[in-house]
Amino acid sequence: MAKKESTFKNMVLTLFLVTLFASSALALIYEVTKGPIAEAKRLKKANAIREVIPVFDNDPGTEVKKLAADKDTLYFYRARSGDQVTGIAVESYTRAGFSGLIKIMVGFRPDGTLIDIAVLEHAETPGLGDKMEKEKSLDKHTGESWTTQFKGKDPRNFSLRVKQDNGDVDAITAATISSRAFCDAVQRAYDGLLMITEELDLDSISGSTEHHNAE
Amino acid sequence: MSQWNNFSRGFFKENAVFVLLLGLCPTLGVTTSAFNGLGMGLATTFVLLMSNMVVSVIKKYIPDKVRIPSYIVIIASFVTIVELVMQAYVPDLFAALGLFIPLIVVNCLVLGRAEAFASKNNLITAGIDGLGMGLGFTMALVMLGAVREILGSGSLFGLKFIHGDGMILFVLAPGAFIALGYLIVLINRINKREA
Amino acid sequence: MDYVIIIISAVFVNNIVLIKFLGICPFIGVSNKVDTSVGMTGAVTFVMVIATIVTYLLQVYVLVPLGITFMRTITFILVIASLVQMVEIMLKKVSPSLYQALGIFLPLITTNCAVLGVAVLAVQNDYSLMESVVFAVGNAIGFGIALIVFAGIREHLELVNVPDAMKGVPIAFVVAGLLALAFLGFSGIV
Repeated sequence: MAKKESTFKNMVLTLFLVTLFASSALALIYEVTKGPIAEAKRLKKANAIREVIPVFDNDPGTEVKKLAADKDTLYFYRARSGDQVTGIAVESYTRAGFSGLIKIMVGFRPDGTLIDIAVLEHAETPGLGDKMEKEKSLDKHTGESWTTQFKGKDPRNFSLRVKQDNGDVDAITAATISSRAFCDAVQRAYDGLLMITEELDLDSISGSTEHHNAE
Repeated sequence: MSQWNNFSRGFFKENAVFVLLLGLCPTLGVTTSAFNGLGMGLATTFVLLMSNMVVSVIKKYIPDKVRIPSYIVIIASFVTIVELVMQAYVPDLFAALGLFIPLIVVNCLVLGRAEAFASKNNLITAGIDGLGMGLGFTMALVMLGAVREILGSGSLFGLKFIHGDGMILFVLAPGAFIALGYLIVLINRINKREA
Repeated sequence: MDYVIIIISAVFVNNIVLIKFLGICPFIGVSNKVDTSVGMTGAVTFVMVIATIVTYLLQVYVLVPLGITFMRTITFILVIASLVQMVEIMLKKVSPSLYQALGIFLPLITTNCAVLGVAVLAVQNDYSLMESVVFAVGNAIGFGIALIVFAGIREHLELVNVPDAMKGVPIAFVVAGLLALAFLGFSGIV
């Protein structure tokens, strides 16, 4: 079978046609998958929030406020059940981890006490720092994990520092740096929450139907 | 060569990973678990199959000097399709495989097969070759993933059979190299016996 | 000093070959001699840095504004393929001996996952242009260090008694694993 000649015109034409077909096919697939991709992202966010605020029936992803700090932003998601605010989920971070960035989702009740904390992203050492994840530090008999010690605590009288730093948090054995960084992220979430209380309408816990539009 | 031969050589005699030493980056990078290995292998098989078929169909129309760039565009398109579809329908697997999905486009196996084989054979032969090599690649990834998962996390396909952690070394970088080294010895043994 | 952190991270803590598993094919293929390794490192550094700059500009000024980021894989790899062609032509004129020595491995830089990997990582990590350049240089240095150290070890391995079954590639992999173990010790520095 004879191949086309490698004249300049043929080469340019072929490359152009191939790229044209390729781009068109891709643009088509992109359109088709745009919806499902956005939906998957939305679901992932809602699931992360549900880990730290068990009860809500709105879509917290649509009631979100941002607070820019350093080079990153904190995200505040409001969860409601009907008209009542059941909690605020804060997407926080720290760069002080043993291996850098750690991202967590902290659930607060409207009165500022902690509900639960979930780890979103980290690169800590497997077997040591990664015990901050629930599954990695789960005690099968009691159902408790390392983050259980944060549940229900009020940051106003529970110091968010490790015991080695005169705080109230039991660090992960042999993973003090990771534990410190984790506390740093939780503290950052709480500080941000205090700064933004008014905008989130936290002081009125029940009955209020007005809510701020998401940015 | 019979089509059965064409298909089956990708599994042992000319296994992409163990014998030809192609596509090593994803092999080492994603095999922290058998399931990830399976996902990556199947994604690569899809790209390999589709690009082999397309190349064998249009090979007559591509001038010789631009064949490599053209093959690259074709392969890159199928890789992007895999990227988008995985992001939409299996987002967790997509996040686990991460950077290595777009890197399928530089998997020496895919471009190598298009250039060395698909451009010289008809549609059926090229397709079967793509399927065989791809599935053989998948098998290699699942084997390495299984070894690393069993030794490193004490589980297989997510089912744990010990409490706590295994030899964590195997889910980290060094373990990947070491496990692959010994697997190659094993496969060489198997091939020698069959020869 | 963000740049220092980027460099230390790219060269040691997240070494592109031994920790991130990018660039394994040339790592195994070229590293049996130290001289070819040095030459390969030079060529890869050049392509990696320029490719990162061009793809960064492409992403920021073309793909994002036009909303066609799904074209990233195709455009990035085409940029890299063209760059490698140019390097080949340049090298033939400037240093024909190096061109001969590198042989088939030169066009293979196109399929070097490290080059495309670094370009994509620079974009994913949201670096500025300057940070991307530093990142690319750091990764190229890390690639070079891993490659040249490994080549040195392999040259010695040739002279040692290795069991028959392990000769060649298998022992190379096990040694690479030990090298990776050493580099794992760098984690936690930054």
